[in-house]
Amino acid sequence: MFDFFFQLHPFVQGVAKGLAVILVIFPLAGACSLAERKVSAWMQGRPGPNRAIVPWVAWIPFLGKFLQRLGVFHLMADGAKFLFKEDPLPGHVNKFYFILAPVVALIPALTTVVVVPFGAYFNELGAVVPLVLADVDVGLLAVFAVSSLGVYSVILAGWASNSKYPFLGGVRASAQLISYELSMTLSVLPVFLWINAPGMDGSLSLVRVVEFQSQPGFWGGTWFIFTMPLCALIFMIALFAETNRAPFDMPESEADLVGGFHTEYGAFKWSLFFVAEYAHMIIGSGVFALLFLGGWNPLPWVSLATLAGWLGVAGLPLVVGLLSIGIFMGKIVVLLFFFMWVRWTLPRFRYDQVMKLGWQRLLPLAIANLIAYAIGIALIPT
Amino acid sequence: MAVIPVSRKSLSFAERTYLPQIVSGLKTTFSYMFRPKVTLEYPEQRPEIPVNYRGVPTLVKDPQGREKCVSCQLCEFVCPPKAIRITPGEISAEAPTAHVEKAPQAFEIDMLRCIYCGLCEEVCPEEAIFLQNQYSMTGYTRAEMVNDKAKLYELGGTLPDDHFKWDKKKAAEEHGNAH
Repeated sequence: MFDFFFQLHPFVQGVAKGLAVILVIFPLAGACSLAERKVSAWMQGRPGPNRAIVPWVAWIPFLGKFLQRLGVFHLMADGAKFLFKEDPLPGHVNKFYFILAPVVALIPALTTVVVVPFGAYFNELGAVVPLVLADVDVGLLAVFAVSSLGVYSVILAGWASNSKYPFLGGVRASAQLISYELSMTLSVLPVFLWINAPGMDGSLSLVRVVEFQSQPGFWGGTWFIFTMPLCALIFMIALFAETNRAPFDMPESEADLVGGFHTEYGAFKWSLFFVAEYAHMIIGSGVFALLFLGGWNPLPWVSLATLAGWLGVAGLPLVVGLLSIGIFMGKIVVLLFFFMWVRWTLPRFRYDQVMKLGWQRLLPLAIANLIAYAIGIALIPT
Repeated sequence: MAVIPVSRKSLSFAERTYLPQIVSGLKTTFSYMFRPKVTLEYPEQRPEIPVNYRGVPTLVKDPQGREKCVSCQLCEFVCPPKAIRITPGEISAEAPTAHVEKAPQAFEIDMLRCIYCGLCEEVCPEEAIFLQNQYSMTGYTRAEMVNDKAKLYELGGTLPDDHFKWDKKKAAEEHGNAH
């Protein structure tokens, strides 16, 4: 069925995949911003955005009203607003870097998507074929390497704005992101120590992590969040810091820095920063789900293959693929809700608290955790 | 006054990790998601106006539909932002209310100037001007925001009258004791 696609020139395939990423991540990020507004509203006792409606949908008797109350058309209204409103370019900025910064924000955010597997199906031999745009063996390393380039956009935006608050925001962002990257990377190492048994080919592939969590038996089907809760906790906290989400949203911190690094930005350039932030969140949630929540396995100790067997669709690659994508997206949605839930619950940390937490608490904890698991894994006979 | 030394309890390990507190906070916000919303969805739902609300100043008529204002201009003089402009006029001798002698020929309140202080209502000896429930005055032009006499009576309507002052005056006059 997909032979036509695989016969295309690799360059054309690449362009098609790139367009697919943009066409999927952009609307998803927009939907996230809408979800953020809705979740914040519900938690504050408000109905949230609920007015925008397209005339043709308004004629549908019950559904139209429901969709209007849900605010889904504000997505289109917001997008149109960001596209068509005046794009201000302040006179005092360094124009080249000022325009470059949102682009630099978007590129790593969209690039990391290609190495994150988002589903799987079984071929005729019963082997798992992951759905991923680029199944590279460095897997997680590629995610970390590329997504951490995102900090350059914040620094660039802060510096090019040639203004006090954006500059402070950029400086904070650089220090914060570097601090938390260490604990983040250290926190996932036990997972890879665990899956790379001696004698096997070493791999950082995320697909392998999921396969490891979908083995039969009690220990085989256990998600890593149960066997390595501390890793998951440190990774989650570091993820909040890396995506600049509350309570770690130091770089923008509207209370003390006006808007932080994007103070001088408006219209579409501003929205690009937010698309990038939400794309980072989506990918971060995806990586968390792959590493600790069993990827596309529906439940702990119930793998995708088992579920497909129950439903009797194991022989249909397309159905299994869509099922796995659905399960994986469901986990991402739950995690994104968790991100928003935390944002509308916790106050922001003070900057020195962020640094103290990062360097004096999380980093030693991550190192101790790594050593403990290294010793533990070495002692367990396999 | 004795000084009572209070020792601050040091935080337990669980408290120092913040995590139990964060979880309890998350529980609270989650429960709020399912509570009834407090928003008043304005154009469809209107707020309940309390009694003695000071809305847009209006002119009122008495229960017989007669004009109460006698264009004494006290409100014009007391108005702090000078929003009221009255052109006094005479009541023709043939009219049944000829003994009132005066009525406004024109009565304008500039709602761009009005500060809703209610001094006009307070000062009016005829109880002819009232700040009522209307709270939302909008217009596309400055001219539209000036309420003329017809608009003021339209907004004001009729309010009950306890005194019928001019009826009493007329009755007294007819019975020979003018005061």
